[in-house]
Amino acid sequence: MSTVGESVRRKEAPNKVTGRAKYNMDMQSPGTLFAELVTSPHAHARIRKIDTQNASKMGGVKAILTGDDVAFLCGEVLEDRPPLAKGKVRYFGEPVAMVVATSEADAILASLAIEVDYEMLGVVNSPLGGLEKNAPLVHERAGDYVKAKPPVSPESGTNIADLAKIRKGDMAQGWKSASVTVEARFSLPPIDHAAMETRSAKVEILHDGRVLVQSTTQAPFEVQKLLSKYFGIKQGKVVVETPLVGGAFGGKATVQLEVLAYLASKAVDGRLVQLVNSREQDLATSPVGTGLQALIKLGADEKGRLSAAELTFWMDAGAYTDSSPRMARAIAAECTGPYRVDNVSCDTYCVYTNHTYATAYRGFAHMPMTFCIERAMDKLAKQLHMDPLQIRQLNAIQPGDTTPTQVTLNLSRLGDLRACIERMETLLGWEPGKAPTHISGDLVRAIGVSCFWKTSSSPQNAISGAIITFNQEGSMNLATGAVEFGAGTKTTSAQILAERMDMSIDDVYIHSHVSTKVDPEHWKTVASLSTFMVGRAVLDAADDAIRQLKTLAAVILRCSPKDLAVSQGRVYIKDDPTMNVAFKDIVHGYQYPEGNSIGGQIMGRGTYIVRHLSPLNPEDGEGRPGPSWTVGCQAVEVELNQRDWTYRILRAATVIDAGRVINPKGARGMVMGGMCQGLGYASREAVRHDAEGHLLTNQLRTYKLMRVGEQPKYLVDFVETAQIDAPYGARAVGEHGVLGIPSALANALSAAAGIEIDQLPATPEMLWTLKTGGIL
Amino acid sequence: MLSYPEPGPLTLNVNGDMLSLTPRPADTLLYSLRQELGLTGAKPGCENGDCGACTVMVDGLPIKSCLMLTAEAEGREIRTVEGLNNTVLQDAFMDAWAFQCGYCTSGFLMTAHALMEREPEADEATIVEWLRSNLCRCTGYEEIVQAVKAALEQTQRS
Ligand code: FES
Ligand code: FES
Repeated sequence: MSTVGESVRRKEAPNKVTGRAKYNMDMQSPGTLFAELVTSPHAHARIRKIDTQNASKMGGVKAILTGDDVAFLCGEVLEDRPPLAKGKVRYFGEPVAMVVATSEADAILASLAIEVDYEMLGVVNSPLGGLEKNAPLVHERAGDYVKAKPPVSPESGTNIADLAKIRKGDMAQGWKSASVTVEARFSLPPIDHAAMETRSAKVEILHDGRVLVQSTTQAPFEVQKLLSKYFGIKQGKVVVETPLVGGAFGGKATVQLEVLAYLASKAVDGRLVQLVNSREQDLATSPVGTGLQALIKLGADEKGRLSAAELTFWMDAGAYTDSSPRMARAIAAECTGPYRVDNVSCDTYCVYTNHTYATAYRGFAHMPMTFCIERAMDKLAKQLHMDPLQIRQLNAIQPGDTTPTQVTLNLSRLGDLRACIERMETLLGWEPGKAPTHISGDLVRAIGVSCFWKTSSSPQNAISGAIITFNQEGSMNLATGAVEFGAGTKTTSAQILAERMDMSIDDVYIHSHVSTKVDPEHWKTVASLSTFMVGRAVLDAADDAIRQLKTLAAVILRCSPKDLAVSQGRVYIKDDPTMNVAFKDIVHGYQYPEGNSIGGQIMGRGTYIVRHLSPLNPEDGEGRPGPSWTVGCQAVEVELNQRDWTYRILRAATVIDAGRVINPKGARGMVMGGMCQGLGYASREAVRHDAEGHLLTNQLRTYKLMRVGEQPKYLVDFVETAQIDAPYGARAVGEHGVLGIPSALANALSAAAGIEIDQLPATPEMLWTLKTGGIL
Repeated sequence: MLSYPEPGPLTLNVNGDMLSLTPRPADTLLYSLRQELGLTGAKPGCENGDCGACTVMVDGLPIKSCLMLTAEAEGREIRTVEGLNNTVLQDAFMDAWAFQCGYCTSGFLMTAHALMEREPEADEATIVEWLRSNLCRCTGYEEIVQAVKAALEQTQRS
């Protein structure tokens, strides 16, 4: 029986179509108190005074907290963020005070009665703006902050929070071999995750000292560790649960509301308190995906072979670093795009600005980074009069090549980009060198292409685990620590287990929530790593269970365990399957006919720890950032109306080397959803601020998403080059659909309109301005 | 205009059940369904009319329950996702993989269910027009449109 490679339905599907799937705020307990945040209406201002007097007298109010009540700073890498602003506010939407009250309405009313007196400060409104000579300082003494997880190198007296460097090969040599060069500047706005479920957290502190947390986190084990660290509680006393999550995209991997909800509960004698983001708060107060500015220089010989890449990226870290320093290294590690370049120099700066702080967003900053590289590749192709797919095919990174961080690649680690590009040509019916086509009147059609690669840029000691227990009937329960936010991690791990045990997927039971108390740790459900890491742990657990099943069955069947195999819920003798014993007769111990019993419960345990990763050397970036890469090729076809610069997106295509597709419909859906998000970012989404740094996009009617009918025809195909150390060869594919789509769209529109689109979002107004200089 | 001067008990007809509750005048239907009646299928996504995650049917039409006061819903026929059982539509959503996280799904189902009742012959353009009221951040939308199409086709056949 084969389960891997089948489009088995998500385990939780029936509950999701009946309203019975439970998300964090679908479970209510009577007596819960409500916390409400007072957030900053300014991007940068000194707090002169917070007057809570009127508010504290209002009905239902149990507690009010301000920055004065909190004595520590938070931060995954650099501890630079007060949970409630202290002394000054650094972004629009920053939490300034918190009310805890008996009803939501009382909490909101009281929060409106808190008066904060601000003194305005100048704002940093873009990364490059933050590096200008007299730029206001977002943090006066960033160099003094505690480095929780180095490397990170903030510079006091500047807005530079960090710098990651790549130095590979010999730049002088690289430029000497170049007969063509391109140089271009790019500017991309921050993006919001805009998961349909906003972030929320509930905390209760019991009198035995246990802290019960239930939140929308992608990283329950990280929440556990950080609460333990910030509040000096033993990890075992912090129990974090994540129910089903309503979309995450990296935005729920950061720890924010959990800390505030803990503080709120603590202020009311440990009673259960809930803190829920309104959509407005989710967009303004909780972190976004990074904006990026860049200066890209590429050099190539007359045949189009890349010889040099000099790259500077300035990330819009926003007011606090969160995971930006890790993302800076992730950009650095793959700064050339999936191309062989022997001479590389890359500086990636994290710059503090007065924007909402940035955290991981689907692809860990690879989407904006890929935009810059892939636009530059198209410019290079244009100069060389080369076909855009041909120049990518020529430079495609290959086994034997080295990455910017000097990892030597092999086929298993890398996959096959050339095969992806070839498959894309077929998928599109690509005609090399074809110019944009006039359809009729003002309508022009053009296709833009793009390639991507990504590795995980994850810690060197990330772990995962799996535990299998058996029900007496012989079916299995599988416990893993990966969160289910839509990517199908639980179903995938069930498929892997069913395959290894050669059983029906219906005989594998999962629970769709995660609890740090009973589930084995999975580092974080991020970086598209879950299939790989959890999958490896599941295989390990299955092998452990199989070993025990065989050992016991060998006694009963009077043979060596080596003679045995498992299938369909039985252990059988390989050369005579009629001699077998059913799981149901042994998984809870075996009872001889006369009554004596042996064996006991069978439980499979499996673990995985990533291996052979190394930190990037601060001087030249040498190091190994992830276990493997995923490569792919994408394309977008547009139809542009040259009269009013509106356009339709006709087709969007992705070919990805998935290693092995475990669930075809699931994988296709992930890729299509990724493409849809990428098209949204490219065509309309932007976290926008006015000149004073006020957020202009704090609702879903100003922060616009794609809607039904705007989606193109999707083309999705997979190349399958097995990753040898991955479960059934499967590579990471969760994030990747999004990565090259914005650049492919901009490449298509640039060709169709005859302009260079080096910023986003590509709105008709922007195209018109670029084309006409904004003159009617 | 409806006037509702004093908070008092009222009765809602939800999925055929007559349920009484005492809302505050400012309570939205979404709030009452979820917090008072425990029907959490309808989700808050924006509470501003932008996302459609809260969509329920009121007198056969899809309504964003975050924009309707509970008091306004009295005497009307309310249908929530909990009132859909074993429909062709739900099956089609599962078959087409028309959801990932599933948070938008109840809303899409109710919009699509109302569409199927009112426009059983709907073509793709009509489907798109109806579904534009709802947002999904996970899927590429094609899956959702396919599911609704398949469900319509199957009901037309039978
Ligand atoms: S919650 Fe009602 S439309 Fe978004
Ligand atoms: S499935 Fe997640 S929002 Fe639609």
